[in-house]
Amino acid sequence: MRAVLLLISFFALSTICHAENTTLKAGFLCVGPTSDWGWNYAHNNGRMQLEKRLAGQVQTTIAEKIPESAEAERVLEKMIAQGNKLIFTTSYGYLEPALRVAKRHPDVVFMQVNRFETAKNLGTYFSHQYQPMYLAGIAAGRMSKSNKLGFIAAHPVPPLLQAINAFTLGARSVNNKIQTKVVFINSWSDPGLEAEAVKGLAEAGCDVVAHAQDNQNTILPTCDKLGIYSVGFYTDAGKLAPKGWLTGACLDWGPFYEQIAKAVKDRTWKSGSYTAGMEAGYIKLSSFGQAVPEAVRKEILDKEKLIENGKFYVFAGPLKDRDGVERIAVGSKPDLKQLSQMNWFVSGVQGALPKK
Amino acid sequence: MDDLAFITAVAAGMVRSGTPVLLAAVGECLTERSGILNLGMEGIMLAGALTAVIVSYLTGNIFFAIIAALAIGALIGLLHAFLCLYFHVNQVATGIAVTILLSGITAFCGIDYVGKSIHSISAYKVPWLSELPFFGSVFFNQDILVYLSYAIVPLTYFLINGTRFGLSLKAVGEEPRAAAAAGVSVFRTRCIATALGAMLAALGGAYLSLVYAQGWTENITAGRGWIAVGLVMFASWNPWKAVLGAYLFGLAISLQLRLQAAGADVSPYLLGMAPYLLVILVLAVSKLRQKKIPAAGPTALSIPYLPQV
Repeated sequence: MRAVLLLISFFALSTICHAENTTLKAGFLCVGPTSDWGWNYAHNNGRMQLEKRLAGQVQTTIAEKIPESAEAERVLEKMIAQGNKLIFTTSYGYLEPALRVAKRHPDVVFMQVNRFETAKNLGTYFSHQYQPMYLAGIAAGRMSKSNKLGFIAAHPVPPLLQAINAFTLGARSVNNKIQTKVVFINSWSDPGLEAEAVKGLAEAGCDVVAHAQDNQNTILPTCDKLGIYSVGFYTDAGKLAPKGWLTGACLDWGPFYEQIAKAVKDRTWKSGSYTAGMEAGYIKLSSFGQAVPEAVRKEILDKEKLIENGKFYVFAGPLKDRDGVERIAVGSKPDLKQLSQMNWFVSGVQGALPKK
Repeated sequence: MDDLAFITAVAAGMVRSGTPVLLAAVGECLTERSGILNLGMEGIMLAGALTAVIVSYLTGNIFFAIIAALAIGALIGLLHAFLCLYFHVNQVATGIAVTILLSGITAFCGIDYVGKSIHSISAYKVPWLSELPFFGSVFFNQDILVYLSYAIVPLTYFLINGTRFGLSLKAVGEEPRAAAAAGVSVFRTRCIATALGAMLAALGGAYLSLVYAQGWTENITAGRGWIAVGLVMFASWNPWKAVLGAYLFGLAISLQLRLQAAGADVSPYLLGMAPYLLVILVLAVSKLRQKKIPAAGPTALSIPYLPQV
């Protein structure tokens, strides 16, 4: 009985405290562990930056390893019950549960990554990951002696095909003999397969290996051990491969999360698609490794400026796929929707695509 | 790359990819022959992998790392055996609980070790043997843990089929009551078998983190422990057949990755399925070809032993 009373008084107290509290509570839903040095690490990093940038005004919570199922819906409801008024759902498959929960709680703002469907209180966000991969491709194209690059990816889905195509276009912009060999391993993180894939690519003659895996802990050190160059994805992980690291794509969600949290706090937030790239600082080029010579760095940084001020567009037409079919017409730029449906490889990419 | 170089590379990759599963499967063979079902192999592999990384990071010594992984394996094996033999709990439930518990514990304890560079094990060419054409570069240009696995398989087979302990092991696995009447300690025999089996699984885990991935990643095993448990049943509780299954699994992984790297135009989804499909197919066929009635496994497998009833 006493325990029950204690519990009741505890809840009463916590609701009183909550009523007095004016800080914004923001929740983050992650599909994997934030220790992966990749996708989830990047979102957690953005969350911690948000707490630092708006210290005292924002309080955050994070739920890791939540499957993209009804379980996500349960965790979202729990976050809302705890007073979170802004929730970032940081994995592709969270859209459906988030939409259902958003309908029930019109006073809570949702931000869904990597999707296009929006609702009154649900906006979407993503970054143009292919932009820095194009720049990393330039580094790979300049550094490769065998003219063979390797790329390890989980599944043949549009965001990864964009990264593979951009990487190859970048490499071929400086060396038109480049071939990119793609290996799909059907998993976002499986160190055993990743290590064997790197070895297989090295045996096939690749002297640069890039990847788009959630987990970077295996691929980068394995590349260093085999004495080949490596390119990273999602986070700046050069210290994992000190010898052969070239550069890579590096997500930087901190400023974006701050912008959204401020807007929600000031009640100026509007639903929509907040997708942008390097020009808005959503994603950056990782720092260069010691292996990249000064001239190549300069070449890449010059191109980076052109991308940032909108003078250079990676997928500008005319662009043909590897079978010679024109995919992007002369003088046109594909919009977000078209990009999100990319299902072809540019010439220079070797790898199987699922047939329709 | 010419054809022979490609085949050699695929075969060497087969040995590397197959070894962790091989070690766990041989360990599970040993455990199950004593009548204990250990579904905790996945968790024990994770524990072995993380322990090896931590000890290698702290001491910089590979030898200590392997010993520590073996010790953790033995400890968890004994815990599982104790729960099964002393409290007579359901072995399926305890095994799954061990895996779930350890995947949580390793994820939690491993956070600080993600991305840490450790002393890993490099390949060591066996003098003379590595000069052999084809076989030399496939089997004898590997690392010490692979060489250890070559010794472990025949030793395990000998332990089961050629020693007094093996006789007791099979007896407690088939007819524990009769074995007890003949003076064999069911409790002790099963404890030893479970601990030894778990040690091999932990060694398989240590192989993954020290040799393969060269560091810790959460859920580094990605289901290899479960594959080992499945292999044992398909291999009719015979360590040699378990080796065959594990290498087939490794072969399919190695082949599919290298086919993709070579630019073969085959669906990656189809190739991804190959390891599982191939193992099931070959072991099912080998079972069909058996003249005798296929073994159903040790009679007392997973049945709690209650001597006083």
